Amino acid sequence: MDANGEVLASLRGVHKRYGALQALAGVDLDLHAGQVLALLGPNGAGKTTTIGLLLGLLRADAGQVRLFGQDPQQLAARRGIGVMLQDAALPPTLKVGELLRLTASYYPAPRPLAESAALAGVEELLERPYGRLSGGQQRRVQFAIALCGRPRLLFLDEPTVGLDLPARQRLWATVRALAGEGVAVVLTTHYLEEAGHLADRVCVLMRGRIVSDGSVDALRARVETRRIRCVTTLDADVVAAWPGVRQAQRDGARLDLASDQAEAVVRRLLDADPALSDLEVQAAGLDEAFCDLTRDDSVASSDLREAA
Amino acid sequence: MDTLHPSLPAAPAPMPRRRVFAAYLQETRAECLRYLRSPSFLLPTLLFPAVFFLMFGVVLAGRSTPEAPRFLLASYSTFGVMAPGLFGFGMSLALERDNGLLTLKRALPMPPAAYLVGKMVMAMLMAALITTLLQALGLALAHVQLQVPQRLHLALVCIAGSVPFCAMGLLLGTLVKGQGAPAMVNLLYLPMAFLSGLWFPLQVLPPLLRAQAPLWPSYHLNALAQSAVGFDTGSAWPHLLWLAAFTTVVLAIAVRRLRRHG
Repeated sequence: MDANGEVLASLRGVHKRYGALQALAGVDLDLHAGQVLALLGPNGAGKTTTIGLLLGLLRADAGQVRLFGQDPQQLAARRGIGVMLQDAALPPTLKVGELLRLTASYYPAPRPLAESAALAGVEELLERPYGRLSGGQQRRVQFAIALCGRPRLLFLDEPTVGLDLPARQRLWATVRALAGEGVAVVLTTHYLEEAGHLADRVCVLMRGRIVSDGSVDALRARVETRRIRCVTTLDADVVAAWPGVRQAQRDGARLDLASDQAEAVVRRLLDADPALSDLEVQAAGLDEAFCDLTRDDSVASSDLREAA
Repeated sequence: MDTLHPSLPAAPAPMPRRRVFAAYLQETRAECLRYLRSPSFLLPTLLFPAVFFLMFGVVLAGRSTPEAPRFLLASYSTFGVMAPGLFGFGMSLALERDNGLLTLKRALPMPPAAYLVGKMVMAMLMAALITTLLQALGLALAHVQLQVPQRLHLALVCIAGSVPFCAMGLLLGTLVKGQGAPAMVNLLYLPMAFLSGLWFPLQVLPPLLRAQAPLWPSYHLNALAQSAVGFDTGSAWPHLLWLAAFTTVVLAIAVRRLRRHG
């Protein structure tokens, strides 16, 4: 993990509760200059709360939230951030150029309009009313709005939802380029592939706690699970009950397994079905790693509850 | 390099005063543009008072006393300038709280007052358009006799008089959310116009209804507007003070609610 970049924002022992719901239960997090951090977790894990605290939209019940060394509710601190939220309906009758000019006016040293437009790929849209744009075009305009103030810290909440592949790749390239210039980026996404492409560091939140924090490779390596695929007549339900098999499902002639003891399972598969063919064993992808991590945690915590 | 505080990040560059002022201007410009381009806001706001004035002030009252159109010009001006504040603030705030725009604006480094100033200037601009339109109709079609100072006086009352309704709209916008807002605003707007004597002279209403009229800001604004077109409504001070106090209190509650609940 690249921890060399200056810390631009941090959470220290942060707790946040909504009524009976504990949204964050002691979160520590540093955001480093030049680093792309992906914040992952199932719905309700506390991602939105974490972002809301860093943006000054919420106040922590306990602990400390710092943005450029200040309280994020201070306007001066927020002059260093750019924001792309998941659902913000911008005024439909304003033209794209007007929206960019308006947002840039909030910042001390914004980018020139043409530069923001070029970075987000919206040069052609400047004279168009926002409400007449397609969903993907609106998303690109929101990205332009996020970066128009020349922020040193960029928050991107599900930035590529609704984008086609070229637009998605272009956004990724821009984010990488900005990080190369020393911008810190916080990304939330449901596409684990996106986190894998883009992030230097992946933080997994579960039930208001950080359960994993490290590089994408480190997260993958934490997980022993491997994928086994083969053509066989063995029954999926039978195989699922074997030790070391986490999951088994049939996909046409193929059997698809997730296993944390791949060697032993492969040996047993070959013994049980001599006619087995097309055997493949793959390392876990980020999504397997993620599922693994979040499942373990739910099992562990339900065990705890039963023990208590 | 300062090695004593290596971990303290550099704060963002300070904002020159000139740029803060520019942010207010841009916000105001954007707010005005977006409503002037939105027919569903612009047309009812301009047409309702104009059509009512044409119906009652020009067609029906035109042939009675010469006083009637002049009286109705003032009361429909009051009726008209209530709307931009109530709808421009109340409805748009309720919608923007719902659709995420307010959240985005609060996360961005927008000066918070710029949001309010922008909407207020928009409401005042609409009030100026409304009073200009009604005065033109009154002078051209109902032969209302007004001196230039009287016309300017009425315009001033209308423009400044939109502010208490901005405060009221703002408070309303913090209380209701989303698509129900237009109905809620109308539920306040139309009864308030009736109860403060804008549609029927208070003299024809039952005493109980007459007695409650001074509770409404529109009653006091109407008194100021009537005095501007030459009717004697007594000293302006009680009305001005009441409107100022109303605006301050309502604005304070609304801002407090906005800070607390967003």
